[in-house]
Amino acid sequence: MFRRLHTSSSTLTITLDGVALKVAPGDSVAAAVLASGNPACRQTPVTGSDRAPFCMMGACFDCLVEIDGVPNRQACLVEVREGMQVRRQARPTLVADRLAS
Amino acid sequence: MSDPDFIVLGGGLVGSAIAYGLIRQGKRVTVLDEGDVALRASRGNFGLVWVQTKGLGMPAYADWARLSVDVWPEFAKELTQRSGIDMNYRKPGGFQVALGEKDMEARIEVIDKLRAQQGAEGYDCEIVERKRLDNMLPGLGPEVVGGTYCPHDGHVSPLRLLKALHKVIADSYRPNSKATAIRGSAGGFQVDAGGVTHAAPKIVLAAGLGNLPLGEMLGFKLPVRPQRGQILVTERLPAFLDYPLSGVRQTEEGSVLLGSSREEVGYDNSTTPDAMHTIAGNALRIFPRLQHARVVRAWGALRILAPDEFPIYQTLPGHDGAMVATCHSGVSLAGAHALCFAKYLADGALPEHFTAFHSRRFDVPKASYELVDPDHHA
Amino acid sequence: MSGEIIDLAVIGAGPAGMAAATVAADLGLDVTVFDENPAPGGQIYRGIEAVATKRASDLAMLGPAYEAGKTIVSAFRASKAKHQPNTSVWLVQKDRQLGIASGGRASMVQARRILIASGAQERPVPIPGWTLPGVMLAGATQGLLKSAGMVPSGPVVLAGNGPLLYQLGAQLAAAGAKVTALLETEARYGAALQHLPGAIASGGYLAKGLGLISAIRKAGVPIRRNVTGLKAIGKDHVEAVEFAANGRAWRLDCEVLCLHQGVVSNAQLTLAIPAKHEWNEAQRCWRPVTDAWGNTDLEGIAVAGDCGGIGGAEAAAHAGRIAACEAARALGKIDAPQRDTRASGDRSAWERHLRIRPFLDALYPPSRAIAVPADDVTLCRCEEVTAGEVRAAVRQGGTGPNQVKSFTRTGMGPCQGRMCALTVSEVIADQLGKSMAEVGTYRVRFPIKPLTVGELASLE
Repeated sequence: MFRRLHTSSSTLTITLDGVALKVAPGDSVAAAVLASGNPACRQTPVTGSDRAPFCMMGACFDCLVEIDGVPNRQACLVEVREGMQVRRQARPTLVADRLAS
Repeated sequence: MSDPDFIVLGGGLVGSAIAYGLIRQGKRVTVLDEGDVALRASRGNFGLVWVQTKGLGMPAYADWARLSVDVWPEFAKELTQRSGIDMNYRKPGGFQVALGEKDMEARIEVIDKLRAQQGAEGYDCEIVERKRLDNMLPGLGPEVVGGTYCPHDGHVSPLRLLKALHKVIADSYRPNSKATAIRGSAGGFQVDAGGVTHAAPKIVLAAGLGNLPLGEMLGFKLPVRPQRGQILVTERLPAFLDYPLSGVRQTEEGSVLLGSSREEVGYDNSTTPDAMHTIAGNALRIFPRLQHARVVRAWGALRILAPDEFPIYQTLPGHDGAMVATCHSGVSLAGAHALCFAKYLADGALPEHFTAFHSRRFDVPKASYELVDPDHHA
Repeated sequence: MSGEIIDLAVIGAGPAGMAAATVAADLGLDVTVFDENPAPGGQIYRGIEAVATKRASDLAMLGPAYEAGKTIVSAFRASKAKHQPNTSVWLVQKDRQLGIASGGRASMVQARRILIASGAQERPVPIPGWTLPGVMLAGATQGLLKSAGMVPSGPVVLAGNGPLLYQLGAQLAAAGAKVTALLETEARYGAALQHLPGAIASGGYLAKGLGLISAIRKAGVPIRRNVTGLKAIGKDHVEAVEFAANGRAWRLDCEVLCLHQGVVSNAQLTLAIPAKHEWNEAQRCWRPVTDAWGNTDLEGIAVAGDCGGIGGAEAAAHAGRIAACEAARALGKIDAPQRDTRASGDRSAWERHLRIRPFLDALYPPSRAIAVPADDVTLCRCEEVTAGEVRAAVRQGGTGPNQVKSFTRTGMGPCQGRMCALTVSEVIADQLGKSMAEVGTYRVRFPIKPLTVGELASLE
């Protein structure tokens, strides 16, 4: 969905849902996700609709992802690091779902 | 339009439940409430429908709280039908867990005393060892040594409860109507509120801490004070907790509520980092899995406490038609307020045993009542 | 809490915060700037250091207003002011204690004075489909251009109004992105005309604006005026935008839709403390009430820059320096006459920059149809609450945003109301026939940035 204007002379490798992804130093995790081809970061806990980075300035919280095992981090505020493991977040099973099933 | 039978002052959980009950009894009611910004303990509530820690030192209150949780399922069913709002009420029983042996001993002591006070029939709470706790509350921290379980406890969304009550009293409800003057006469009462004068033969003061100034308008000094409790709420989390605990509960939406502090700070309902720190620390000791759960807000709300922390229900001296209802457990008592208390009001008199709730009980030295309710979330 | 007390805590490393810290350090104050981003610059100068050193060829495309950030950042770097990046401020108390969090740890800091320079955020743009992936705020796309050198790879449509939208259009066109169209919702030239003298007196803003529009035209990007009924269409991702203009319905395919309805003060922190606020009718946002030096009604807590009212980057830097002089006076480093002298140049420049605002505010008001959306439009993105649900809560006796919040869960999600507060209050005000000042806004709760239970438990 987004492309880079420059090919970076140096790159880092992170994983996104377990798949290696080459990124540029200084990228935010959100930028890396947007350049990956699939911009979705998470599903909402309410209806499970897909959300992608929206404000890119820490205000909207739509870009929440799991980073190195810690869920709900704001991808637009975190810089990529070599070896970082990023996961998109699926809709959590809520108490209400469990009671309904 | 003719005057209503009752004016209920206060549109929080206590006032709304009583108003709903009066309407159920065929009475015409006007509910006067403040606007968007008010103290509103009803909006700052933890949401327990709770009995296991209530009433030590006052059998009448232990009975009343038990009656309320007993009628809650019926109350909830009917209110849901009438309002069309699911309040997320569940009654799976509730836990209070002990962090360390000393804490456990204190819990056991309270239970033993309540059993002695109420008799085996009147009080029902069991001690649960850590091993059994693990089956029902997976993921407890190593410091939890055991706990107590009461099958009569439950929880509800207090906001949905208030919304449902407001829905069924909508025709009687007058927001932006803070009472500024009350005049009593032989024929009844006149209340100035929101630029309008309302009149009714009977009034009910059910405005939480607002009952203090309202009482003074009728020459009565109500012996209650504010006590701040702070609560943390997390983002929505995957379901992990099937039962309410006295200081931790997971809502159906997934948020986890963590409570709560007890602070004597007057009318200051702000939040403090110290209390947030303590609440977070205790929550982690109970459920270490909350380590990475994000707190999205904290709030402070003011409990309405009499010196012995029990409710006050009585008519005002010199004003037989003016009833006051003041308590800090508007959620737990909502069932009894709607189905029982309102009936007493409609019938015209409180039952004999309600003399226990009269404020004249404070006309004795302080040492004769004991503060024991360790739980003030409900 | 560590025993150390800092003289001046500055919150935000945008133009106001950086300029303030630079001057305050120069005047002998012990200053620390807390900022949640990895590098200084704020939104406006986002990534400026990296661009200047590694992607200098992008500077021409990003324009001279962006390049101006180099000077202010390097002065800040050269000053004695301390900079704590990647640090969020989640609490500020009236006694000037700050709660900060960084790297998974939270702590408290005591300051003698606090300058809040938390800038602006984009106004929410609640149109149908605005939650679809690929729909973004214009500033988000601009931020990607600045910080990562990225542009949309497929067709992109810009929609809304305000200077930033034109700036982004010119930048994207210059960067070679496929900008399909710029859809302008509203531009009230008639209403703006009376403010023209001020606009002219404010310096080069008008020429700059006209330059942007002509650059967009030259790049072959059509500009559609008086666009209404904006709607983002798509299943899992935005695929097209639908709208009405020139008396007919349109549909344009796009992979990215950039929305913009101007920027508003980021008053989250000042509302939470709470400082006294007022409704700014011209800018349609809340702002803390301040004196001429940026002081709020709370002793020792001041604001500078866009968080105190939208004035733009240059005005923000001047306001920061003015507030720094006041901080030095309040802490006894200089006296009032010295403060006045030192700040006089900044004050006149600040006032000059602000003279464009009445013109811009009148020219680009947020569209009413967007600010007060139809029943089926989601206005709270986090909890997915529609405008219709808010209206139903109002009909049921909800008298204001706090009661409506408790009945509908608007504002209870992780964004803590940032994306819905204005819309919720606008809808309520519209329904009740009241002013925004009467209706008010949410009571903002701490922590104003979500903090983990573990971080809170580790608080020292």
